[in-house]
Amino acid sequence: MINKGMGPGMPNKHGINVDAEDIGEKKSYKGIFLRLAKYVLKSWPLFLLAIAITLLSNQLALMAPRFSGEAIDAIASENGIDFYIVQTSVVKMLLCYIASAIFSYALTVLMVHISQKIVYTMRRELFEKLTSLPVSYFDTHTTGDIISRISYDIDTINATLSHDLVQILTSIYTVAGSLFFMWQISKPLIAVFVITVPASIIFTRYRSKKVRPLFHRRSRKLGELNGYAEEMLSGANVIRTYDRTDEIVGRFDERNEEAMQAYYNAEYYGATLGPSVNFINNFSISLVMILGGILYMLSQSGAVAAGSLFFISLGGIAQFVQYSRKFAGPINEFANILHEFQSAFSAANRVFRILDEESEKADDTDAIPLTDVKGNVALESVTFGYVPDKTILKNVSLNASPGQTIAIVGPTGAGKTTIINLLMRFYDVNEGKITVDGNEITHLKRDTLRKAYTMVLQDTWLFHGTIFENIAYGKENATLEEVKAAARAANIDSFIENLPEGYNTVLSDDGTNISKGQKQLITIARAILPDSSMLILDEATSNVDSRTEIKTQEAMARLMEGRTCFVIAHRLSTIQNADLIIVIQNGEITEEGTHEELLSKGGFYSTLYNSQFT
Amino acid sequence: MNLMIRYLRPFAGRMGVGLTIKVFGTLIELALPYILSHILKNIVYFERVAPIVMWGCIMIFIAALACTCNIIANRMASRVARDFSRNMRHDLFKRAMTLSSAQTDAFTIPSLEARITTDTYNVHNFVGVMQRMGVRAPILLIGGVAITLMMDSFLALVMISVLPFIFIVVYVISIKGIPLYTKVQRATDNMIRVVREDTQGIRVVKALSKTQYEHRRYDKTNTSLVSHEKKANIVMGMVNPFMTFLMNFGIVAVVALSANRVALGQSDPENVIAFMQYFTLISMAMMSVTRIFVMYTKSSASAKRIEEVIDTPCDILEHTQEEYPCIDTDDHITFKDVSFAYPGTIKTVTDIDFGIKKGSSLGIIGVTGSGKSTLIRLLLRFYDVNKGGIYINSRDIRTLSHTELHKTIGTAMQNDFLYADTIYENIDFGRHLPPDQIFKAAKIAQAHDFITAFPDGYAHPLSQKGTNISGGQKQRILIARAIAGNPQILILDDSSSALDYKTDASLRSALKENMAGTTTLTVAQRVSSVMNCDKIIVMDNGKIIAMGTHNELMQGCEEYIEISNSQIGGAFVD
Repeated sequence: MINKGMGPGMPNKHGINVDAEDIGEKKSYKGIFLRLAKYVLKSWPLFLLAIAITLLSNQLALMAPRFSGEAIDAIASENGIDFYIVQTSVVKMLLCYIASAIFSYALTVLMVHISQKIVYTMRRELFEKLTSLPVSYFDTHTTGDIISRISYDIDTINATLSHDLVQILTSIYTVAGSLFFMWQISKPLIAVFVITVPASIIFTRYRSKKVRPLFHRRSRKLGELNGYAEEMLSGANVIRTYDRTDEIVGRFDERNEEAMQAYYNAEYYGATLGPSVNFINNFSISLVMILGGILYMLSQSGAVAAGSLFFISLGGIAQFVQYSRKFAGPINEFANILHEFQSAFSAANRVFRILDEESEKADDTDAIPLTDVKGNVALESVTFGYVPDKTILKNVSLNASPGQTIAIVGPTGAGKTTIINLLMRFYDVNEGKITVDGNEITHLKRDTLRKAYTMVLQDTWLFHGTIFENIAYGKENATLEEVKAAARAANIDSFIENLPEGYNTVLSDDGTNISKGQKQLITIARAILPDSSMLILDEATSNVDSRTEIKTQEAMARLMEGRTCFVIAHRLSTIQNADLIIVIQNGEITEEGTHEELLSKGGFYSTLYNSQFT
Repeated sequence: MNLMIRYLRPFAGRMGVGLTIKVFGTLIELALPYILSHILKNIVYFERVAPIVMWGCIMIFIAALACTCNIIANRMASRVARDFSRNMRHDLFKRAMTLSSAQTDAFTIPSLEARITTDTYNVHNFVGVMQRMGVRAPILLIGGVAITLMMDSFLALVMISVLPFIFIVVYVISIKGIPLYTKVQRATDNMIRVVREDTQGIRVVKALSKTQYEHRRYDKTNTSLVSHEKKANIVMGMVNPFMTFLMNFGIVAVVALSANRVALGQSDPENVIAFMQYFTLISMAMMSVTRIFVMYTKSSASAKRIEEVIDTPCDILEHTQEEYPCIDTDDHITFKDVSFAYPGTIKTVTDIDFGIKKGSSLGIIGVTGSGKSTLIRLLLRFYDVNKGGIYINSRDIRTLSHTELHKTIGTAMQNDFLYADTIYENIDFGRHLPPDQIFKAAKIAQAHDFITAFPDGYAHPLSQKGTNISGGQKQRILIARAIAGNPQILILDDSSSALDYKTDASLRSALKENMAGTTTLTVAQRVSSVMNCDKIIVMDNGKIIAMGTHNELMQGCEEYIEISNSQIGGAFVD
């Protein structure tokens, strides 16, 4: 599909986003419909009010013609025109129309409120769900696709809910009324609809079954397109540097083409729906004419007695046709709405898919908060794997006393980050247990556990906001003084104060206005701020110059003082100063001890150390 | 609207055919009621079954024909909408990718993204609906007005006199509406920004237990978006009731006035009844027209946002050699009295002046924020210098085309851009280099061994931003990418900081061995990365404070000695 440039024999491994979207296509629409209905019913009083107003304004719209009929009757009266009746009827008409306009505007406002409330709730639920998902979700799903779901897909749902829901209710009202009148005029003619209405329903169902996967594909392709655009826009600088813009635009075009084709395919079938149902309706009117014409003939010739089941007058046929148009209109509309509903359902399906993802497990009901943390951390025979059949950590045990620094050393993929993930309870262990101050962490409230740690990651993450906000992020209600102190400790204060806006400088999206080293210092300042008794440090391997780094390390040393520290260490100085060095290889602790002890052992660590000097 | 016309013009022919078919389909469908009344008025009196069935069959035939026409026309409309959006989105994305750094900062990435998706979708939707609904309504409207004019021109004019008011109302409301929808789209940008930030920084959010805070932060943007959307929809929602009321007011006026006219014998009641029927038809058509108009309002706010990007003038231009003449030098790269400040900041570099020979190596060292990377950005023309000039082979880089400039340079930068694709693809980067060259580059970059250690080797897929490999591995892939194209100039901007000493040393000797003819610029934090360079620049506060070889600097440059002595950095293990 995309990897044109790949060498021969290399499989196309765009292994991201294996969402098994097709499963959703088999899921019944009923489930999605019921879930959507739940959102609507959340504001049921407003919704009931909307229905009431709809019926009322419909009724008013029906009444006005009656008054106009009265006026015209008065005009057409053979005894001369009764101007008084004309006047009163005209006034009544006017009042009806004014009321109807007010009601219809009220309905619009009401529906805007309802649908915006639904959209608001959905977006909020989706976002809150996102923040509760395990971190692995974000490694396997592109940002752009997630954004596509929270913007485009929810917009699609919104468009349908706000416009079509009331429409359907009105339609049902009209259909029922028309059917009632037609029943009164001629029962045999209704037989025509016994043929055409099911035909219409079967056709619609058949079509929608065909169209359903096309709509799914449409939403999915748009998500992929967005994912690609987001990723490439983030790297636009690099792409320009390599003069690869045309190439990347070319690949974007392939996705664009696919997305638009998917769009077109869905529309292609959708385009047949309206005219076809319209045809079925016209067809049924033609049948009414043929059958009605014959019945009328028979009635005229006296073959059918007046008052019998098959009798019909000329006026009767004319009225019946009018009502059958009224009857058919909404059914036709129905088909169009169904078309829109399908796109809404596909969109809803993508939204619900995230909502149905498994969250981080909720805290146990008897979970206790972690308070007065000493910093005694122990891993006891911990075994863990992200997927059931692939164990990452095997039988890992270690003990950290308060204030100790534990350096975790090992080759990439050995399981260093996994230990951090377990300590922070981003994941729970499969076997064994982890304790803090003797409490098994699965029995603790997760946020109190996480707050007990300060974490500094390699990835500098800053958000669009002022420098103050970005540093203060580490601590609720931090004062400017505290933030300044933290910045001082992280050795970034003079840089910040030299900026024209100082701490109020807004960091742009990609932080192009500051260097990566400065970003890192800001994240360190953020980490310095909270008073937690334990520290997790994924040691930065880049971007801070040596001079700054000495000062940073001093700050870090102060920060580490009295705290239990777990450091994924890359630098010799950090490792040498650690109280305990843990060497992890293939998920097992192969060596542990101090620098000197490990050197004298002559294992992996000493080989590594000695390779420095060769 | 300009934008839509611009992109619809190529499809004018197809649209014309489609609309003609649609007009035909609509007109013959309108014939159905006439046949119906014909049967009722004339045919049934023959009291024979055959003509009734015959006329019935004609109705069915016409219905089928109308159905076919409408399907064909709808499909053609969808096809035009598809091609229209595809072309527009292509241009939009292309322009977004070629915006200069300053321009991207001004638009912001979330906003660009929203323009590529939701804004394009809004416009697309309008173009589709306009073609599908925009035919029937005007036909009914014009037809209805024409018939009523023929029937009773006085009463028709009474009704027509309402139309200007309708247009004024619709116009005024939509004038108010467009800025409201612009605000909606801006609020969407902000909402998307938070989602984007949080998906990218989820670990930090969780580690700091800031999910509640993030919920509030998101809630703020969500609430603001909803309130803007509400406001826009409520204002635009006025169009329909207003319009319906004005139409109905026209009907009331006709009824009221017709009483007098009938009394004076200028009209008759049958006429009034027929009039009312056509009125209903006209007002239904008006309703469709206003619906299209409301959609137009929404989409034109989006179209404007798209236009903004597409029509942004290029601010990194290719100049002539008359404007920026060559200089006389035999250096490969020359910085001549260069000064520069980022737009809107005080961060500057000043009086940068140096040159390097072809095939030689230059090291740039200095503390964080001293301006090292700025020099690289200027060389790559992310920004243009404010003063002075930068020259490659004695030509000012402002006279080089984008391709000319960049095909000669290979860069591995701080902000590592790896994307969701195979390792092979990430090194090749769409250049379709011969596989041998890729493998060779990976070997020089000390990446070959760890790549082949993956079960699927070079076909190993990376996740977005390469989060599934370590920092050192990322850097080596980026370096492999930089050297795979055999560049004349190689820039390594702090690109080996995550490597341990041994790997770094192997990398450096491999580079020296294999890239002998290449001019190399190395930006680094630690002396060991630059000490073997032919020339080293020491930067501080945006200025060059010293220049020379390692030995020279160790003799005379205090800052350099300080950096050298304080070397504690460098990874021990990846």
